[in-house]
Amino acid sequence: MSAINIALIPLLPLASFLLLGLFGKKHFKESGGIIGTLSLMGSAGLSLFTAYNYFFVSGKVNGVYQQLEVLKIQWLEFVPGVSIDMGLLLDPISVMMLVVVTFISLMVHVYSLGYMKGEERFSVYYSFLSLFTFSMLGLVLSSNIFQIYMFWELVGVSSFLLIGFYFEKPSAVAASKKAFIVTRFADLGFLIGILILAFHAETLDFKILIQRLTDVSSPQLHSAIAGGLFGISALTWGVLLVFAGGAGKSAMMPFHIWLPDAMEGPTPVSALIHAATMVVAGVYLVARLFPVFAISCPGALEVVMYVGAASALFAAVIACTQTDIKRVLAYSTMSQIGYMMFALGVSGYGGENGLGFTASMFHLFTHAMFKALLFLGAGAVIHYVHSNEMGDMGGLRRKMPVTHFTFLIACLAIAGVPPFSGFFSKEEILTATFHSNKLVYGVALFTAGLTAFYMFRLYFSIFWKRDFVSHGQHGGHGEAPFTMKLPLVILGLLAMVTGFVPFSEFVSSDGAALHSEFHLTMAIAPVVFGLVGILIAFVMYKSESDLPARVSVAMRGLYKGAYHKFYIDELYLFVTKKIVFNLVGRPSAWIDKNVVNGLVDASGMFAQDSSEELSVWQSGKVQNYAFWFLVGAIGLVIAFVIL
Amino acid sequence: MEVGLTQILFLSTALFFIGMYGFLTRRNLITMLMAVELMLNAVNINFIAFNKYLWGGKLDGVFFTIFIIAIAAAEAAVAIAIVINIYRNFGSIDAEDADSLKL
Repeated sequence: MSAINIALIPLLPLASFLLLGLFGKKHFKESGGIIGTLSLMGSAGLSLFTAYNYFFVSGKVNGVYQQLEVLKIQWLEFVPGVSIDMGLLLDPISVMMLVVVTFISLMVHVYSLGYMKGEERFSVYYSFLSLFTFSMLGLVLSSNIFQIYMFWELVGVSSFLLIGFYFEKPSAVAASKKAFIVTRFADLGFLIGILILAFHAETLDFKILIQRLTDVSSPQLHSAIAGGLFGISALTWGVLLVFAGGAGKSAMMPFHIWLPDAMEGPTPVSALIHAATMVVAGVYLVARLFPVFAISCPGALEVVMYVGAASALFAAVIACTQTDIKRVLAYSTMSQIGYMMFALGVSGYGGENGLGFTASMFHLFTHAMFKALLFLGAGAVIHYVHSNEMGDMGGLRRKMPVTHFTFLIACLAIAGVPPFSGFFSKEEILTATFHSNKLVYGVALFTAGLTAFYMFRLYFSIFWKRDFVSHGQHGGHGEAPFTMKLPLVILGLLAMVTGFVPFSEFVSSDGAALHSEFHLTMAIAPVVFGLVGILIAFVMYKSESDLPARVSVAMRGLYKGAYHKFYIDELYLFVTKKIVFNLVGRPSAWIDKNVVNGLVDASGMFAQDSSEELSVWQSGKVQNYAFWFLVGAIGLVIAFVIL
Repeated sequence: MEVGLTQILFLSTALFFIGMYGFLTRRNLITMLMAVELMLNAVNINFIAFNKYLWGGKLDGVFFTIFIIAIAAAEAAVAIAIVINIYRNFGSIDAEDADSLKL
């Protein structure tokens, strides 16, 4: 397994970004898509090769998957011993993420060939996609915490660029700004967390950092526990702040407000960034530092669990009321990431205790497939209908058979119906949760039911409900071009079969294979909840009726709250506009205007006034000068006489 | 009454302040120049008087006086050249009119 092969995985998209970004507008206006797709094909091929090599040939030593640092370059040295390095780290989760990222990205590249066809800034779009893929791959492969932070920010920038791709739309501009500011705000916590952890562990390197902060006898761990603030140890503060950064990227409460708005970007972008890859970066980060969480500060892990569970439930409730299909999917993403988070939260380290960790990564894997499929399917629907609103759809199953069928597969997968992929990963998560925390288990079960309900509400509203009435806008083109159907079919097949991957053999908290059995008893409850959710959606939305309206009236308070996303956005606006702006912004503006600026102005005014006063003395009249000369001389004489 | 140092100093002081008064009050540049000459001559008288009464037998004061007379002549030549230029520029030799020293 040579370092060159692995280094090429992120470098190929980087090369395509540079090529298309610098020369795309002039030379590759039409062929930009092909170039981007080909470079991604190279990356995906290399990733699969790397994965094969790692999992089946060279990764395992004595039955335990090793962390291999295949490349390490000293990049910035401050003083001997303190430096920022660049490295490539291979371990089960990074290899798994490599495959997921390159594969989903490849699907999105192919899909965009059809979806973005005829777009004015076609090659720019592909250069941004390549930049994103490069940053995400760099993030996944990072071998130290500072490197991951840099790629983390790069991912944020490329997400900003892609959300705001339609920059002539004010809503897209606002959404891209919001996404950037909210995640950036969370990243502030991340940076402080990095500094705290690195200060106490005296290293930035993941391997050494984890080793030092989990070893009870190490002096670094003692210093990290001894220091602290408000009765919480420095170590806990560090990991909690790092988690805050992860929560920002992964749209966990209370940093979730940017994700629904981010749907302003092109739909393939939503599939890539806001469903399958970037938003799971937070989960990945927690998984990366998982030994520190699990062994040294279980308190922080508990926070992860509750934040995840709360986000999962909260987002699922909101998703039931939204009418924009992409927003439903956005909230569903948030809910599923909440699943992954609390799965990590309930997990322990090592052996059978690490089931939650494995389950979380498994769900990340399967979710990436079916959620990308859902978004791409939604994109095909939007492409056909030219609207995001459920009200404009209905009865599309005959017009778009391929989309209909693959979308149905994805819905069944996310609803946890056997034998589709989501069923297996959810079952594992629920098993792990059941053994650890009954409250969260209840929340998770209820959320599973809600998930099935809102997904099938979406499904029935798009494909059944009423006959499709064309609004005459879609120019009579067919369902979708081949380049859009192909990724749908591939992802559909994968959503069906990825559940059967013996995932726990490959990915576990400590690297040793985990032999998790399938618990039939544990599978009954989520499937029943899922089927009930589907049934309710079937009754309410299969055909047009006044039932949904009656239900929403009956649950007026809850419905209204959920429809308005529980007023979290308004709360943020209230806090920022009314409290921060009025209590901090305005007073400091006043001080700036009157005190700081006033002092500067006053010194200027003083100089001007005094020079005006003095300039009177320069009359230009020789006799005046002589007179004052005389006065001065007499004054001197008097002074000498008196003294 | 014999004329002594005191009387001579009174004379020179009077001459000096007459010159000063003339310099400050007259507006005609030529008159002002004459007033300056008066003040210089008051100084000359002082030098001669002090030389005679305090340092009899020496010639230092006399030399100073001779130098001052020579310098005063040169100064008058320069000053008159300036006055002529002022007249050419301003069309008058009134000190009030030549106030462009003030920007």
